[in-house]
Amino acid sequence: MSLSRDEVTQVALLARLRLEPEELETFTGQLNQIVEFVAQLQELDTHDIVPLAHGVEVRNVFREDLRGPSLPREAALANAPKRNSESFLVPAVLE
Amino acid sequence: MIDPTRSTAVHLLAQMSSGEVSAEEITRAYVDRAERLNPTLNVFLHRDVQKALDQAKAVDARRAAGDSLGPLAGIPVAIKDVLCTLGEPTTCGSRMLKSFRPPYDATVISKLRAADAVIVGKTNMDEFAMGSSTENSAYGPTRNPWDTTRIPGGSSGGSAVAVAADLAPISLGSDTGGSIRQPAALCGIVGLKPSYGRVSRYGLIAFASSLDQVGPFSHDLADTALLLGVIAGRDPMDSTSVDTPVPDYLGTLDTPPPSLRVGIVREYFGEGLDPEIEAAVREAVRVYEAAGATVREVSLPHSKYGGPAYYLVAPAECSSNLSRYDGTIFGHRAEDFSARTPEEESIPPLIRMMMASRAEGFGPEVKRRIMLGTFALSAGYADQYYNQALKVRRLIRNDFDNAFKDVDVLIGPTTPTAAFKLGEKTSDPLAMYLSDIYTITTNLAGIPGLSIPCGMTKSGLPIGLQLMAPAFAEETLLRTARVFEKATDWHSRRPGLS
Amino acid sequence: MDYTIIIGLEVHVQLLTESKMFSACGTDFGLPPNTQTDPVSLGMPGTLPVMNRKAFDLALKTAVALGAEIAAFTKWDRKNYYYPDLPKNYQISQYDLPFSRGGSIPIPVRKDGGGSRVRLTRVHLEEDTGKLTHGTGGFSEVDLNRAGIPLLEIVTEPDIRTVADAKGCLEELRLTLRYLGVSDCEMQEGSLRCDANINLHIPHEGRTVATPIVEIKNLNSFRSVERALQYEAERQYEKWKRDGLTIHDAHKETRGWNDPEGVTKPQRQKETAADYRYFPEPDLVPVEVDEPWIARIRATIGELPTERRQRFESDFGLSAYDANVLVEQGEEVADYFDAVVKATGEAKLASNWIQQDVLRIAKETKVSLAEFPVGAEGLADLINRVKRKELNTNQGREVLAKMIETGEPVDAVIAAGGYGMVSDQGEIVAAIEAAIAANPKAMDDLKGGKKKPEAVKGFLRGQVMKQTGGKADPALVSELLDAKLAELIG
Ligand SMILES: [Mg+2]
Ligand SMILES: [Zn+2]
Repeated sequence: MSLSRDEVTQVALLARLRLEPEELETFTGQLNQIVEFVAQLQELDTHDIVPLAHGVEVRNVFREDLRGPSLPREAALANAPKRNSESFLVPAVLE
Repeated sequence: MIDPTRSTAVHLLAQMSSGEVSAEEITRAYVDRAERLNPTLNVFLHRDVQKALDQAKAVDARRAAGDSLGPLAGIPVAIKDVLCTLGEPTTCGSRMLKSFRPPYDATVISKLRAADAVIVGKTNMDEFAMGSSTENSAYGPTRNPWDTTRIPGGSSGGSAVAVAADLAPISLGSDTGGSIRQPAALCGIVGLKPSYGRVSRYGLIAFASSLDQVGPFSHDLADTALLLGVIAGRDPMDSTSVDTPVPDYLGTLDTPPPSLRVGIVREYFGEGLDPEIEAAVREAVRVYEAAGATVREVSLPHSKYGGPAYYLVAPAECSSNLSRYDGTIFGHRAEDFSARTPEEESIPPLIRMMMASRAEGFGPEVKRRIMLGTFALSAGYADQYYNQALKVRRLIRNDFDNAFKDVDVLIGPTTPTAAFKLGEKTSDPLAMYLSDIYTITTNLAGIPGLSIPCGMTKSGLPIGLQLMAPAFAEETLLRTARVFEKATDWHSRRPGLS
Repeated sequence: MDYTIIIGLEVHVQLLTESKMFSACGTDFGLPPNTQTDPVSLGMPGTLPVMNRKAFDLALKTAVALGAEIAAFTKWDRKNYYYPDLPKNYQISQYDLPFSRGGSIPIPVRKDGGGSRVRLTRVHLEEDTGKLTHGTGGFSEVDLNRAGIPLLEIVTEPDIRTVADAKGCLEELRLTLRYLGVSDCEMQEGSLRCDANINLHIPHEGRTVATPIVEIKNLNSFRSVERALQYEAERQYEKWKRDGLTIHDAHKETRGWNDPEGVTKPQRQKETAADYRYFPEPDLVPVEVDEPWIARIRATIGELPTERRQRFESDFGLSAYDANVLVEQGEEVADYFDAVVKATGEAKLASNWIQQDVLRIAKETKVSLAEFPVGAEGLADLINRVKRKELNTNQGREVLAKMIETGEPVDAVIAAGGYGMVSDQGEIVAAIEAAIAANPKAMDDLKGGKKKPEAVKGFLRGQVMKQTGGKADPALVSELLDAKLAELIG
């Protein structure tokens, strides 16, 4: 399989990455190289293998429903790139 | 007074308790050395010297008052900048988090503070822990103290060099595919990736959640055991930290393990392994034989699929973990996100803001992995790539389970080559990925891996020996490694920096 | 109108927990923006989720009560999409292995329909997002107070065929969830949110054509559920008549309900391309639920609304209509009724008093039953007195009104008002005789057959009651008046 520039553009949009034209060129080449590398996995017959998603297979880990303190609002907003006195601000979302 | 910066944490603790040296003197010595060497090595991204000295003085005062002190009282520790420290810059080596100050401490940081350690600085790293050379930092590369034209390994290059160059006796790194063991090997020190679930990940800025683990760097195994003992254990803030007892790693270290069955991984001695490294590892095998070990060759048949599986699982998780950096709640936001092309006109400003912020905030390796992971999880490809990788991950784990039926530990090279030159592999991502081929599979399997110094190349570069054990068998791993450490003196070599 | 409406609901319910789904942050409604957050609910780098046991138990309780099948193994997945109210840009949710599948919601019988069941596709647990408000100066404001509150997503099969049934199904779900104590289900506060999928099956040239499916969002009240579905059904029909487009010609469309205008409008998609890239959440571990756990949960489930209606019908002899009136208004009303019946042994009387007086007055004075000045004991006391003929019904009503007004118990009101029923035969007979004597015309009418006997009797009964100050036992008055008239007329 190989990824076209258009497909890479689509992936970049999905990943919310603006790519410069040169970047798109380089990434398309490199991603194809890497995809070829990882495609080796398709040599293996794995139809009866249970996927392993976790580093350790433990079960049923819970916390009790106890309430702790909230962050002071100033601390919550302290890292915001743009804010007013009470909220995070983002470019207007059109409905 | 002998120079404290040529010591180890365990020795410094003894000297402090006998009154030979104060915590303030120790911290002062390391801080001064860092002052001299950091401009060349680029180890620290952030230091608060006054705060460190105040912490050290507080330890001295409490010692003088006869108060009980924690197990790392007065010991300087360097911290990889991937770990959140309350109110202090935590950049993850990224422009994205240049001005980020976490509102909380990582659990391992809380544990260090409770142990009365002195935090001397946050260390440089490959951006978001993605890389094997520390060249992917937004703040410039860190240099190898054995040869400053070479890379220190990565991604925890800063923490490895902090210890190797004696800017701190011990440090913390993180390891997702070899990011502790590989720089430890290339810098001639000890680096341990604990079992997945052994150390809390709370406050460790995620790269790949199912693979990441925090671990120690040190000059010898006693310090590794000491630091692991402090940071290990179940954390109610981390669902994946496991509730198994934490043994007294330091207490049992010098007792050789009851059984010394060592496996050599056949697949680790193939193409791509530098002959000098192979020779050093073969010599290490002879050291074990001489110590009475039974050595046998074992096979991990799916080893060659470790890289491909890793480069799907890790990017997939990273694409999701790093999606939160979009210029909304924290991190970098682009000033200008106006449309530059007619196609961009059709994208709403909010989305353009996110795309521009991420484009500016992330470096090329991070973008590459986000792209790869997004692709691997996307509709129509997930089964072929991501899901297949999870199945292969199971096969890799089964390989280890089978191998550990016959042996207690596995040994092999940590890296295929010694430290390479700065810039040598930056334009070839795939070549860079291959420097992790021996370390990646332990992360996929969740087992502990350790690198200890086992030789030097003719050109004076360190060589690392990797040891692996079953999950949660860190005690066996450390005791087995100690047999080698006691029989050799590679661990006591230090680079000749002025 | 010759078509069938096909409706399925997708309901999100906030679970009643002290803390959020994955961290110890509070869950209160209506706090100032961004005052109820912590590093985890802000999605801060390095933070990790830890599952709230209570949230999981409440979810299990709901699914068990709805007759769903509980999965022995369940896990969490990440649903990836970029949106400013979602700080991590992925929602922790459940994808291929939800904790429950199947089950159903009954639709109670109404005068105009109901009586069927709506099958459930699945119920799963997920975390809530924050809130986005459109601000000024080209910016939107993000408030993360709500981010991370545990949500139950309940998805029904497209089994609903009328708009009234859709409302009925949703009301029954709310009632059940409130009975279970798993959610307060306040639609205005967003703790119950409903989206609806709707299309039409239209008979056309001997076959059935289906219109494209529309998902309606922004249904913030029961009234808007009804209005929006009604509007959308008509809109789809008119549209089909114009363009003839069917389900095969168009993708599912998302439309928002605009309440002031009373119309649905197309909504911008959140994602430029909706590809959620689900994968197992590596920061959480799977859950295995065994039989003892389910049994433990089952034991905490009391009588559900459906069972209660049945009991009111079979044990108390109420009509289905009366049983529903007492049940559908919530557990408080049915509990009140149960308590009155228990203390009086009079189900029908209790039902009448509660429906005709208590609920009416409570509604007029806009108080809940919990705040109602006369408790079940007080009403039972009053009913028992009427039953023992210490008061007649009209007096009972007056006493109740005074009890409500003064907050005094029955005894005090009766003593103060001089209420009491005259059951003394001699006194009543004297009053009857006086009434007959005072109204000779009435007797003439009766004898001459000018008026119906019942009308004349009614008039005379009224005179007797008047003379006794309304205190005579009405049944006794009738009985004695009949005897007297029979004696006089023969
Ligand atoms: Mg967001
Ligand atoms: Zn949902």
